[in-house]
Amino acid sequence: MLAAIGVDSVDELFEQIPGPLRLGRPLDLPAGMSEAEVYERLAALAGRNADAEEQVTFLGAGMYDHYVPAIVDAITSRSEFLTPYTPYQPEISQGGLQVMFEFQTAMSELTGLPVSNAGLYEGPSSVASAGYLAMGATKRKKFVVSRGLHPHSRETLATYSVGYGTEVVEVGLDGGVTDAAALAAAVDDETAAVFLQSPNFLGAVEDVEALGATAKEHGALLVVACDPMTLGILKPPGESGADIALGEGQPLGNRLDFGGPSFGFFCATEAQIRRMPGRIAGETEDVDGRRGFVLALQTREQHIRREKATNNICTAQALNALGAMVHLAWLGREGFRELGELLVRRTAYARQRLAAVDGVELLHEAPVVREFAVRLSAPVEEVLDRVADRGIAAGYPLGREYEEFDDGLLVAITERRTPAQIDELAEALGAAIAAERGAKVANTATNAPQGVTA
Amino acid sequence: MTPLAEAPMQRERATTIYEKSKTGRRAAVLPDAGVPETPIEDLIPANLLRAEPPNLPEVAEPEIVRHYNRLSRRNFDLDSGFYPLGSCTMKHNPRLNERVAALPGHARLHPAQDPRRAQGALELMYLLQESLAEICGLPSVSLQPSAGSHGELAGLLLTRAYHADRGETRTKVLAPDTSHGTNPASVTMAGYEVVKVATNQRGGVDMDDLRARIEEDPDQIACLMLTNPNTLGLFDENIEEIAALIHAAGGTLYYDGANLNAIMGRTRPGDMGFDIVHLNLHKSFSQPHGGGGPGAGPIAVSSRIEPFLPRPQVVRREGSGGHGPSFDLDFERPKSIGRLRGFQGNFGVFVRSYAYILSLGSDGLAEASETAVLNANYLKARLAAGRAGERLPVAFDRHCMHEFVLSGRPMKNELGLATLDLAKRLLDFGFHPPTVYFPLLVDEALMVEPTETETKESLDAFADAIEEILTEAETDPELAKNAPYSTPVRRLDEVRATRKPVVRQRFSD
Repeated sequence: MLAAIGVDSVDELFEQIPGPLRLGRPLDLPAGMSEAEVYERLAALAGRNADAEEQVTFLGAGMYDHYVPAIVDAITSRSEFLTPYTPYQPEISQGGLQVMFEFQTAMSELTGLPVSNAGLYEGPSSVASAGYLAMGATKRKKFVVSRGLHPHSRETLATYSVGYGTEVVEVGLDGGVTDAAALAAAVDDETAAVFLQSPNFLGAVEDVEALGATAKEHGALLVVACDPMTLGILKPPGESGADIALGEGQPLGNRLDFGGPSFGFFCATEAQIRRMPGRIAGETEDVDGRRGFVLALQTREQHIRREKATNNICTAQALNALGAMVHLAWLGREGFRELGELLVRRTAYARQRLAAVDGVELLHEAPVVREFAVRLSAPVEEVLDRVADRGIAAGYPLGREYEEFDDGLLVAITERRTPAQIDELAEALGAAIAAERGAKVANTATNAPQGVTA
Repeated sequence: MTPLAEAPMQRERATTIYEKSKTGRRAAVLPDAGVPETPIEDLIPANLLRAEPPNLPEVAEPEIVRHYNRLSRRNFDLDSGFYPLGSCTMKHNPRLNERVAALPGHARLHPAQDPRRAQGALELMYLLQESLAEICGLPSVSLQPSAGSHGELAGLLLTRAYHADRGETRTKVLAPDTSHGTNPASVTMAGYEVVKVATNQRGGVDMDDLRARIEEDPDQIACLMLTNPNTLGLFDENIEEIAALIHAAGGTLYYDGANLNAIMGRTRPGDMGFDIVHLNLHKSFSQPHGGGGPGAGPIAVSSRIEPFLPRPQVVRREGSGGHGPSFDLDFERPKSIGRLRGFQGNFGVFVRSYAYILSLGSDGLAEASETAVLNANYLKARLAAGRAGERLPVAFDRHCMHEFVLSGRPMKNELGLATLDLAKRLLDFGFHPPTVYFPLLVDEALMVEPTETETKESLDAFADAIEEILTEAETDPELAKNAPYSTPVRRLDEVRATRKPVVRQRFSD
């Protein structure tokens, strides 16, 4: 090969790198390892994580421990889906393109909006992309966001907004849902978009239609983040006035993976189709009249439009969207609704069961689908530690993101969480709270002269 | 001419999963709720509920499996053949990486798990950060960005924060005319204006033009975004001077790491003077492309940029009182630009890439780059020795790095074949075509990146196919102009898909 090139050594090919810039030493990394050794090393690291196989997890907060059917892994691990690049050559990418088309149809059905893209990175950056779209569509520079929007989404939108040059105004919660009066007061004729989430971060189902009316009055876009797994039973955002419905796609056919890769979905009204971010597959015909699929509306995209593109996204999460599509096909129309109902009923049971525990009270009474918030009368992190000792992850401590709810715990339910596990959680929480109070009593008694209040 | 018979794949018309749907069929069997069957309307107000479930397909499992297996066969993929797609680094995806990513300790680890109970995951992320820092020659890494263009946006927001911290507001970002499309798109999203820099006779940055662009308004230059080797596959020999000019103007130097596969263990962006680097773990570090993701786009930065990195950052805390070190998520970063996405990043991708780095090790990574460069130069030489030497000349004729760019202009003039025709004819020969019509400054461009995981035999077969296509075109150019013939569909009407977009299934009801 060197002879064909006309050089004596591979080093000659690297002579275009100026001498002072050549590394001149090996990278300071370990030597290569055999496959067996790498496996053992990675398995040892994996063994130091408390995963949902060894812990009964009630953690949610945007990602959920659903059962992903075996068919999803079987299909997504096929070389033909796992190893191609983005379908730039449609004649040899019909499989992937048709999956995108089917996925777009499914997401469009779920959200009740006519246009879907083929997926974005994940939930929060999809929210930020909606902000960019809204800014372009309205030529306005103010976003009004509900405090019920996922904290990661709010923060990501704020991060991106520094670049866009937009202002983010936050509206608080009242009784677990967005404060309607405060929202109406915050939205004005400078507002590009209003961002709601339903169910919101506290699990509460928002009255999107009522809240969103104020966006319409001022000509702002209504952006609704939603949990796709709740859309078998909840009114789709498109029927509640949303211009954009988006969200974290992980509950559909994707593993927890410590937070990624998953995908974001992004659906909108026809009016926004030419401002959409990301890939969109479209139906067309070949020269012989055969049905086929291509990347449509590429004139929005960075590889064609460069600085005038509607978004910079290139590689997204195609394989994760395939997982979602297969999961949705497996559930089917009836199964998807049934799963939604199962979640509502088991969550109602869990909420009732926990609320009856001494030291636990509901943080809000708003309707919920699959997640709810409670307040604990003992320090949350300590209670979580005690419950973890019994092999249970009791939920998400709200104090991590909401200083006003530092006694709050967010509890998520999936079809994997059985009534028996819920009973065990209730029992473990009660015992942990009692023990913490006891510990506090003991501490206070030995350390301080004043009276005990616990 | 068009062959008369339909290829086997073409006989099966595209049918969607929705068109296979029959009322009442299903695959899923769900557990019983095991709790009271309270009517849903008693739990959620009726005005918040949907009247009808969404129209999802009703299909049993055997038909779902057949449907997607059939669809899969309508894809070309890296495991089936050579994929010399320039700038995309389609190297082999080791299956070990899939196995370790699927371990329950990774795959079923909740992202909000208490860091004390996710020590293995955080340590893995920390070790990957350290490995990438060494490969880049820069002290700090954030794994958070989800893909290359997300890393670019991060880099530009970091630049903005860095300047703001110094009390400066700068408005312009320089980028060569050869840059990836994501570069200018990211610049706009970050609120900057793009200023194009010309390319010189040797395929590098035109230094006179660069100086002129800087001198126009030095106080406004926020950043120069560069790929090195660039999208022509050429290493810019003036990089030290370029870095000095940008730094003297007060700007940051951004490295688009799409082409890192050329230089691992040979030279490092940090040593070249770059302040911010993004890496595509789905290119150089073997994460499978998945037909368009997932990927990951970690960024490595110099110490002056480090305070602004996204949060949270994975950190190592030294042990005390007989305990070993521990790992944590650090949110206390007052100068941070903030989050770019949910949770900690595409962790599953990190597992695969860390497994890849462990497998190859220090020597292996360097050898990968050496072989990638050797393969590219060999293929370039093989092509130049045949008809491609005249019809498809190399755009800038010198040793390339991991990829090279050909111009199809003579082929078009002499044989009437456009680059697109050649690309489509290659499909009939069982190859994925190179990247076409990019970079923009090369007329009728073909960008070829063979990667290190191809054998000499593969490269020879590809060169032979190009030779055959050029030969047949001398007598019958129509053959390529109407190609492909053997694919599931033939050339598709892309204009219609944009003018009158049909982007979802229409239901007859």
